Amino acid sequence: MKVVLQNLTKRFPARSKKEKDVIAVNDFNFEIPDGKLIGLLGPSGCGKSTTLNLISGLEAPTSGHIFFGEDDVTRLPPEMRGVGLVFQNYALYPHLTVLENILFPLQNLKGKDRPGKEEMLEKAREAAKLVQIDGLLERRPGEMSGGQQQRVAIARALVKRPKVLLLDEPLSNLDARLRLQTREEIRRIQQETGITTIFVTHDQDEAMSISDMIVVMKAGVVQQIGQPQDVYDDPVNLFVATFLGTPPINVFDASVRSERLFIGEEPVLPVPGVKDGQVVAAIRPEGFVLDEKGPFSLELRRVEVMGRDTSVVSVHPAMRGVTVRSIIPSRQKGAVGGNRVRFSLLSEKVFLFDRETEARIRFDA
Amino acid sequence: MKKNSLKGWLYLLPAMLFLGCFMVYPLIDVLIYSFEEGYNSASQTYFGVGLYNYSYVLRDPYFLQAVKNTFLLVIITVPLSTGIALLISLGLNAIKPLKNLFQTIYFLPYVTNTLAVGLVFMILFKKTAYTDGLVNLLIQAFGGSSVDFIDGPYWAKMFVLCFYTIWVVMPFKILILTSALASVNPDYYRAARMDATGSFRVFHKITLPMISPMIFYLIITGFIGAFKAYSDAIALFGTDLNAAGMNTIVGYVYDMLYGNSGGYPSYASAAALILFAIVLTITCVNLLISRRRVHY
Repeated sequence: MKVVLQNLTKRFPARSKKEKDVIAVNDFNFEIPDGKLIGLLGPSGCGKSTTLNLISGLEAPTSGHIFFGEDDVTRLPPEMRGVGLVFQNYALYPHLTVLENILFPLQNLKGKDRPGKEEMLEKAREAAKLVQIDGLLERRPGEMSGGQQQRVAIARALVKRPKVLLLDEPLSNLDARLRLQTREEIRRIQQETGITTIFVTHDQDEAMSISDMIVVMKAGVVQQIGQPQDVYDDPVNLFVATFLGTPPINVFDASVRSERLFIGEEPVLPVPGVKDGQVVAAIRPEGFVLDEKGPFSLELRRVEVMGRDTSVVSVHPAMRGVTVRSIIPSRQKGAVGGNRVRFSLLSEKVFLFDRETEARIRFDA
Repeated sequence: MKKNSLKGWLYLLPAMLFLGCFMVYPLIDVLIYSFEEGYNSASQTYFGVGLYNYSYVLRDPYFLQAVKNTFLLVIITVPLSTGIALLISLGLNAIKPLKNLFQTIYFLPYVTNTLAVGLVFMILFKKTAYTDGLVNLLIQAFGGSSVDFIDGPYWAKMFVLCFYTIWVVMPFKILILTSALASVNPDYYRAARMDATGSFRVFHKITLPMISPMIFYLIITGFIGAFKAYSDAIALFGTDLNAAGMNTIVGYVYDMLYGNSGGYPSYASAAALILFAIVLTITCVNLLISRRRVHY
């Protein structure tokens, strides 16, 4: 089922006369293709959870429309939409067993939609099997780990065969190891069921690793929509560039003179086609190449070895932030020493942005 | 380890001293009194040890009347007050405008003096030479014949006592239940809404189990409180409760000690211990039931 968001806007009225109305979601347009896994990504307060609530029907939009397939569901109450929602804290009923929790949505059905007892049990078992908790059906949520509870919550959302599955910060309550495992699991379940799935996260790793497409939001406004790698490689503005990537992108105040990028007084990269002026330059950590004769010199602080890669931590007067972090292959770490370190730059890892609007300035690489 | 436990006992000492002096010692004392036959508090003498005090109390019609009154009070007021408090709390929890104002209003009786409330009830229910009381005026307005609620038939007096008790214990229960309701995670309701759960089912399957620990707390404390009722009856019917036929077990104990027919600490102790046994049994039964019904 494809999901279409059309000019979707949600405005929360101000609490007092002194405050302004909060526009949580501002003119959101997006057509989510059928059967895809979509990550809504942004810092807290960016409107991603509100967007999810609008799709689920728990909140009504101020204006705009939501379509499931060809049907306009904007005014439909949540229970009529055929949506499964997994809450951040799972919201499993603590006094019911796993089986009873999964059965709960089925038992709410009335009339001819209501399956028989045996059929309900079968459906619940099927859902439990899909998320691999079929051995724990008699437990109560309190007797399970966070990861297992998460699976129960997904099973409960799936048991009614929803057209759209929504996950609100599905991994935020899990520890790091479980998070990795569970996100693979979510991907597998999504692919096995083929249900259009939208999940909300503030963790860019999470969104990048499993989504077919990501939507980056900031202050209610969609910044960029695309496949994770495309958004990472080609951000439209400084916000998207800084939000994606670990370690984060390094940002410098820079200038362009006669089609060359200057950071400090050093010309570090030719940027054909860019007009002279003040810009913001952002360089991915992997865009630095250790080079004794390289054009870009920084003051070396320390070298951090983290298994596969080595981080070179340095400082530069023109940088924004505390340090500049570049990643080099570990075998090169012997070449770093002394007070200064020199790099040449990979032009496809360097992005220029307007000082005022922070919009991307493209150059011919 | 040993040193630590010594320290622990030292910290506990003040509390244990107080509890020992003012709770454990009197308890043991009462136990002893209850077996001393013909104890005289002035001369501190008695002439025998045995179960006579118990058999006297259990055969005393005033005591039996008090037991009947107390049990009626408990059986009527505890479920009714808890049920009504739950209804009111659900209402309070559901409304949005003026919620705080209403919560304050419903809590007001709690900070009002029992005897003052008793006075108000007298005005509402008592027949005097000048007026029949507000309630009787209402009954007459609707074509009924007036009833003397304070000095009249037993059922009328019992009705006033129960009404009064329910009214007095209600605010505390509402307070506990509204906070219990407010502390239920709203995500449960949102999840239920996503699954199209009917409102009765939400109440029965989600709200009730979630607040069940608080409900059982209220029932247990309600039972204990109602078994110990005394001041309510005094406030309504005056100090001579035996004459009014509205005595309670605690009232009987008090009368045996200090009332007009008082001066019998042994009978009082025996009655107090019988009450203790009743309350203990009922509380244990309650706990057993709640252990089965309240799970999480």
